[in-house]
Amino acid sequence: MSEDTAAVAAPQSTPVAKESSVAALLASPAGRNTGLVVALVLLCLGGVVTAGDRFADVDNVLTILRLAAVIGVVSVGMTFVITGGGIDLSVGAIVALSSVWATTLATQGIANDTHWIVIVFTALLVGGACGLVNGMLIAYGRVVAFIATLASLAAARGLAEIISNRKTQIVNVPGFAAFFDASVLGVPVLVVIFAVVAVAGWVLLNRTTFGRRTFAVGGNPEAARLAGIDVRRHTVLLYALLGLCCGLAAAMLIARTTTGSATHGGLYELDAIAAVVIGGTLLSGGRGTIAGTVFGVLIFTTLSNVFTLNNLSISAQAVAKGAIIVVAVLLQQRLARRSGA
Amino acid sequence: MTAAALLSVQGLVKRFPGVMALQGVDFDVRAGEVHCLLGQNGAGKSTLIKVLSGAHRPDEGEIRWRGEVVSFGNPTAAMRSGVAAIYQELDLVAGLSVADNVFLGHELSTVGFTRRADARRRTRALLARLGHPEIAPDRDVGRLSVAHQQVVSMARALSLDGQLLIMDEPSAVLDPDEVRVLFGVIRELTAQGVAVVYISHRLAEIREIGDRVTVLKDGRTVATGLPAREVKTSELIGLMTGRVLDNVFPQRKPVDPAAPDVLNVRGLADKKRFRDVDLTVRAGEVVGLAGLVGSGRSEILETIYGARKAAEGTVEVDGRRLRRGSVGVAVRAGMGLCPEERKSQGLLLDQAVYRNITVSSMSSFARFGFLDERAERVRSAQLTETLDVRPAGVDRVVRGLSGGNQQKVVLARWLLRECRVLLLDEPTRGVDVGARSEIYELIRALADSGVAVVVVSSDVEEVLGLADRVLVVREGRVVHDGPADEIDESRVLDLVMEGHSA
Repeated sequence: MSEDTAAVAAPQSTPVAKESSVAALLASPAGRNTGLVVALVLLCLGGVVTAGDRFADVDNVLTILRLAAVIGVVSVGMTFVITGGGIDLSVGAIVALSSVWATTLATQGIANDTHWIVIVFTALLVGGACGLVNGMLIAYGRVVAFIATLASLAAARGLAEIISNRKTQIVNVPGFAAFFDASVLGVPVLVVIFAVVAVAGWVLLNRTTFGRRTFAVGGNPEAARLAGIDVRRHTVLLYALLGLCCGLAAAMLIARTTTGSATHGGLYELDAIAAVVIGGTLLSGGRGTIAGTVFGVLIFTTLSNVFTLNNLSISAQAVAKGAIIVVAVLLQQRLARRSGA
Repeated sequence: MTAAALLSVQGLVKRFPGVMALQGVDFDVRAGEVHCLLGQNGAGKSTLIKVLSGAHRPDEGEIRWRGEVVSFGNPTAAMRSGVAAIYQELDLVAGLSVADNVFLGHELSTVGFTRRADARRRTRALLARLGHPEIAPDRDVGRLSVAHQQVVSMARALSLDGQLLIMDEPSAVLDPDEVRVLFGVIRELTAQGVAVVYISHRLAEIREIGDRVTVLKDGRTVATGLPAREVKTSELIGLMTGRVLDNVFPQRKPVDPAAPDVLNVRGLADKKRFRDVDLTVRAGEVVGLAGLVGSGRSEILETIYGARKAAEGTVEVDGRRLRRGSVGVAVRAGMGLCPEERKSQGLLLDQAVYRNITVSSMSSFARFGFLDERAERVRSAQLTETLDVRPAGVDRVVRGLSGGNQQKVVLARWLLRECRVLLLDEPTRGVDVGARSEIYELIRALADSGVAVVVVSSDVEEVLGLADRVLVVREGRVVHDGPADEIDESRVLDLVMEGHSA
C-alpha cells in the first residue's frame, strides 16, 4: 500500500506533492531501511569527527562488527518471535545457561577427547531446549509470553549460577578458540557467522512457507488457525528457533571471551528487542524485517563504540540508547500514519 | 423546511491521501425523524458518520446544527452538543462496568473523585428510558450480549443529552427479535424528539423504521429526502448501484439424486451449546442453517470444521472420518470455512490480497519450503479476476477493500484449494446489495461444480433463496430438515422462535 501511495503521489508532483512523495518513499519498505542507513552514516560521521583515525580504522570497524555479531544473532531470532506476535525476555539468561553448560569441566573433557565442536553442539542443544520449553509453555500451556519468558529468565540464570557455582569457567579446548579467532579473507569468523545467520534469516522469513506462516500467525492468529495453519506448533518452532540462536550466540560469546559464565548475556533481551523495534518490526506482530534488525544492531554497537572512544561512560551510552529508541519509534509512527489511511 | 432541520449538511467534501471519500454530500435531519442513509460499501457512509460525529474534519462544506454553522473538533465536543454516533464495532471497553462505559470520557466527578453512585443511578435511568431496565449498571460490559452492548452504547450516546443519534448498521449483529426490540427503542426515542440517522443494508428495515431516505453513491448524494415507505425498491437499488437488479438469487439446479454424500455429520454435540446434530450434504447441494444468534448454528459450523472440539459424534468427508478438534485435518480433507467475523477471523488485514488467498494452499506453491511468489501472484490474479474483486491488484492490502470484496478474497482462498465442502457463516454480512448477488451466484456456481455447501445466516430470506435444503436450529437442536421450496419465511420464523420468550 505504501508503494502505491508513492506511485500515486509521484506523477502529480507539484511542490507540495514533492514533500509528501519523499515521506511516502521513506515509509515504503525500502525507504525505512534508507532511514536506518542515514542514521548509521550520521553516527559514523560523528565517530570520524570526534575520534578521527581511531574510529575510521579497519581494526576498530572489525571490533564493532565482532561485538555486533553475538547480539546480532540473538536479534535475528528475536525478529522471528516478535513478527510471530510473541516476545522473549529470557534470551540473555538462555545465553548465560548455554555458555555455562557448554564450558563445564565435563563438557570440556568430552570435547578434548573427541572434537571441540561438542561445545558448540552443547550450547545449541541447551539453547534450543530452553526455547522449546518457552514455546510449549506459551503455545500449549497458554501462559502469556511475557510471563512465561520472565519466569525462564529467572530460572535459566539461576540454573546457570548453580551449575557454574558462580565461577567463571575458562575454556581450554585447543581447536575451539583457534576456529573462532580465525578470519576468512580478513573477516573474523564471528562476523561471518553473523552474516550467514542474517542472510539465512532473511531467506527464511521472506522466501519460505515458514516465514509466511510467521507473518500470518503474528498478523491474526485466529484467522491463521481457521485458514488451517497449526498456530500452536508454529509458535513452538519460533521460540525454539530463537533458543537455537541464543545457543549459537553463547558459543560465539564463549569464543570471544574464552569463558562461560552465568553473567554472560546481561540485558541481551533489552538490546535485542530494541534493535528489532528500531529496525521496523512491529511489536504487535505481523510485520518484520531482518535487514532492519541488522541495521538496528549495527547502530547500537557503533554508538557504544563512538562513546567509548570518546571516553564517555556506559551510563551516558544508556541514555543515548534510550533516546534513539524513542526517536526511532516516534518517527516510524509518523511515517506509518502518513502512508496509511 | 430547512428551518425545522436539526442538522443540515451542505457540500461536504472529505479527502484522504489518494482518495476523495466524500465529494459533495447534502442532506438534512429533522427532530424526531428516522433518517436512513443508504449506499453500497465504499459509498462514503462511514466517512460521513465520522465527519458528523467529529472524528474527522471536513475539507469543504458546512454543517449546521440547530441553524448554526458548527465544527466539532472531536467526538466528545460533538457529544456535548448532542450528536453521538454508535459504530458498527461498538466502542465499549470490556472489563469496565456498564456505568463506567456510559460515562467514559465525561465521568461524573467532584474535584477529581468519581461520583459512582450518581453514575449508577443515571445509568439505570438511561437504560430504563431505552426499555432495558434489566441491565445492571455494575455488570462487566464484556459479559453482556451484543444486543445489550448496543443498548449500553445508546445509553452512552444519550448520556450527554443526545439530540441526534447516528447508528451504523445496528441490526447487522442482531437477531430478528432483537431487531424488534431495537426498533421499539428507536420509536421511543423519536417520540421524545430525538432524531436518528439509521444506516442499514436491509431495505425491509428501512421501510419499517425509516421516515426519509438519503442515498449515497461514490461519496455523493444521489437522492435525498425520499419517503421511506413509498419509494420503490427497484428505484433505491437503481440509485445505489447505478443499474437495475431484477433477480437477486440465482436459479437453482435440481440436485442429482445419485450424487454422493460428501459431508456426513452424525450425532454431533459439544459440551453445552448443541447436541444430536445430524447433517448430510451431497455433492452440488447447498444446505442452509437458519436460527437465532445464540441458537448454536455458528458453533455447529465451527465444530464441523474442527475449530471447536466436539464432545460426541462424528464428521465424515467422502466417507473418511475426521479427527476431532483439528482444523488442519479438516482442511486437508477438503473443507473450507468462511467465518462469521470476516475481519477478526477470516483475514490477515494488513497483508496483501494474494497472501490472503494462498494462505491455505501454501504447500502447493512451495518447493522444499521455498515459495514461488510469482506463481502465487499469477494464480491469485486469475482468481480475483474471475471473482471480479475490485479494485484489482493482488498486492493491495486487504484492509482497504470493501466488505463484499473482502468476502470474495476469503472465497478465493477456498476456490484455490478446490475444496469439497465449503462452510459459510453469514457470507453476506456487511456486504452491499450489488456484491451480495454476485456472492450468491458464486456460491451457486461452486455448488454446481460439485462442492457441498453449508450456509449459516440470520437472514431467513437469504437461507431460503440460496439453499436447496433448510435446517432450522433452535436452542442447539435441529428442529426441521426439509427442502427449501417446501417451507416459507413465516414458517421458518415460527420454528426459530417457538418456545422462545420474546
